[in-house]
Amino acid sequence: MSTENSANVSRRQFITGAATAVAGLTVAPGVFLLKTAGAANGADPAKRWGLLIDTSKCADGCTACVRACHEENGVRSLGRPKTDAQWIRKVHLTERETGHQHSLPVMCQHCEKPPCVDVCPTKASFIRPDGIVLVNKHTCIGCRYCMMACPYKARSFIHEPLTDQKPHSPRGKGTVESCTLCVHKVDRGEGTTACVEACNKDGHRAMVFGDLNDPSSEIAQRLKREGSTAVRADLRLNPAVRYQGI
Amino acid sequence: MTAKTHFTEIEGRSPGYLALLAGLVVLIGLGLLAAVLKGTHGHYITGMNNQVVWGLPHIFAIFLIVAASGALNAASFSSVFGRVAYKPLARLSGLLAMTLLIGGLVILVLDLGRPDRLVVAMTHYNFKSIFAWNIFLYTGFLAIVAVYLWFMMERRMNRYVPVAGYVAFLWRLILTTGTGSIFGFLVAREAYDAAILAPMFIAMSFSLGMAVFILVVMATFAGTERPLGDLILRRMKNLLGIFVAGVLYFVLAYHLTNLYATRLHGIEAFVLLNGGIYTFLFWFAQIGLGSILPLVLLFHPVWSQARRVIAAAAGLVIAGGLAQLYVIVIAGQAYPLDLFPGYDMSSSFFDGVVATYTPSLPELMLGLGGTAFAFLLLLVVMKFLRILPTSLADDKVDPQVSSPPSTAQSAPARA
Repeated sequence: MSTENSANVSRRQFITGAATAVAGLTVAPGVFLLKTAGAANGADPAKRWGLLIDTSKCADGCTACVRACHEENGVRSLGRPKTDAQWIRKVHLTERETGHQHSLPVMCQHCEKPPCVDVCPTKASFIRPDGIVLVNKHTCIGCRYCMMACPYKARSFIHEPLTDQKPHSPRGKGTVESCTLCVHKVDRGEGTTACVEACNKDGHRAMVFGDLNDPSSEIAQRLKREGSTAVRADLRLNPAVRYQGI
Repeated sequence: MTAKTHFTEIEGRSPGYLALLAGLVVLIGLGLLAAVLKGTHGHYITGMNNQVVWGLPHIFAIFLIVAASGALNAASFSSVFGRVAYKPLARLSGLLAMTLLIGGLVILVLDLGRPDRLVVAMTHYNFKSIFAWNIFLYTGFLAIVAVYLWFMMERRMNRYVPVAGYVAFLWRLILTTGTGSIFGFLVAREAYDAAILAPMFIAMSFSLGMAVFILVVMATFAGTERPLGDLILRRMKNLLGIFVAGVLYFVLAYHLTNLYATRLHGIEAFVLLNGGIYTFLFWFAQIGLGSILPLVLLFHPVWSQARRVIAAAAGLVIAGGLAQLYVIVIAGQAYPLDLFPGYDMSSSFFDGVVATYTPSLPELMLGLGGTAFAFLLLLVVMKFLRILPTSLADDKVDPQVSSPPSTAQSAPARA
C-alpha cells in the first residue's frame, strides 16, 4: 500500500513537471516577441527600384544576363540541373494559337506585396523600404515555404555546402536565395545591375534598371509612354519587374 | 453509472515489448543518420529539388500531425460528447495524440535546411505566416493535451476534465485548420489556393487518427493480453467508416469545383487523367484501396464482424491517406506554374514541364524514424503511467450489456 502511494506521488510529480516543461516551451517564444528581424537600414523609402524588359530586343539564345548575374553573385552550376541554383533564367515562349516565339529573362519580380514575405515564418524573407525583396541569411531556417508560395519560381534552395562565396553576396547551404537586384551595386550608388550591364554591353539594350518612383527616370518615362505588362498581373502583387512585348 | 475502470501500466518486460522497442530504436537511429547525412552533404542527396521542394518527409510529417489531431477523437467523444464508452480509452487517446504530433514535428524540424536554427523559429515570428501560427498551434496542443491528461489521471482534478476536453477539442480543430491552410493559403499554385483544404484536412484528421487509434488499441490490448470487447471496436469501426465517407465528400467537392473552372482544367487533368503515378495513386490507392474498399469492409454485414477485417480496413485507410497526401503535396508541386497563360514555356530551370521527383532512401529513413519515435514515446510512457485500462470487455464498456454477442448486435452503434 505504501509503495503504491509513493508511486502515485512520483507519477504526479512527473506529470506536473512534464506539463510545466511543455507550458514553458509554449510561452517562451512569446517572451522574445518584441525582437524584429533586422530590417535594412539605409534603403531609401522614397525610391522603388525596378526593371523594364523589352522582349522584342531580347535575343533568342543569348544568355549574357544570366551569365553576368551568376558571375557577379558567385552562383555556380554543380552539374546537377534539378538542384542547381538559378537566380535568373531565359524562358522561351511559344504562343499556342499562333506559334509566335520569343524569349525573355525571368528573375525575382520584387513584388510590392510579395507572397514569399507573407509566408516566411521567421521574417527572413523581407522587403526593403526601396522595394528590393531579399532573404536574411541569418534567420532563414530553410523551410522552403517561400518557394512554395512564389508564383514566379524565382527562388532556389542551396542543396549542398558552398565555398568561395562573394563577400557582397552571402549564400549558404540550407537557405533559400534569389535575385537581389544586385543590391550591393544599388547600395554603392552604381544605379545598375549585372544583368542590365551585360545586356547593354552586348548591344541588345533590352533591359532598363531604375527608380520607378522617379518620374524623370528612363524606366518611369518609358513605362508611362510605352506601357508594360506584369507577369501574373491577376495576382495583383504589383511586381517591380515589367515586360514589354508579351 | 459505469463499471469502474482500472488502469495499469503495461509490464514492459516481455521479449515482444523489448523486441519492439529495439526495432523502433533502430528505425530512430536510421532517421537520425539520415538527418546527419543531410546536414553534412545537403539536400541534394534527397529526391527533393528546386522544383519539388517538399517531399516524403513532409508527407510523413503532415500525416502524423493530422493523425495526431484525430487520435484525440476517443477522448473528445468521452469528454465533449458524453459518450461514456470511450472514457476508458481517453488516456490512450490523449497520449497517442501527443506522441504522434511530436513525431511529426521532429521530422519537420530535421528536414529544415538549417535545423540548428530552431531557436530562430522560436524567437522570430511573422504573424502573417500560417507557418508561424502553426508553431503556436502545435506547442499549444501539446500543452493543452498534457494538462487534459493530467486532469484525467489525477483524481482531484477529474472535475475539470470536461473543460480541458472542450479546449482540446476546439484547439485540435484550429490546429488542423492551420495544417490545411499551409496549402490553402498558397495563391500561386493551382492545386492549392482553396479554402476547402482546411475542412478537408479536418475530415482527414478524423479518419486517419481513428484508423491509427483502432490499430493501436487492437495491438496494445492483444500485446498485453487485456480483454477487448466487440462493442467498442464496432463503434469505432462505424465511426471510421463515416469519417472515410466524409473525406470522400470533401475530395469530391474540391475536384468538382476545380473542374468547373476552365483555368484549373490543366491541373485537374493532370491529377485525374494523365499524371502517371499521381493519377494512379489518386484512383487506385486513395479512392479504390483507401476509401471504397475500407467502406465496403467496414459496413459489410458479415465481413465487418471480423477483427482482421476491421484492422485491414484501418490499414487501408492509412495507406490511402498517405497516397492522398502524396498527391496533394507532390503532384501540386510537380505540375508546372503557369507564368504565361496561352504560351508553352521552356527553360533550363524546368519551366513548363512536369517536375520529376523520386523519393530517396534518406527521406524514407527520416520519415520512418520520426514515426518510430512517436511510437517509442507511446510505449515508454505506457510502461510508467497508467494509460491502458485493464479491460475493455463489453460489460466494462457498457454495463447494460450482460451477454455481449446477442445484445451487442442489436445495440445501436453510437459514437
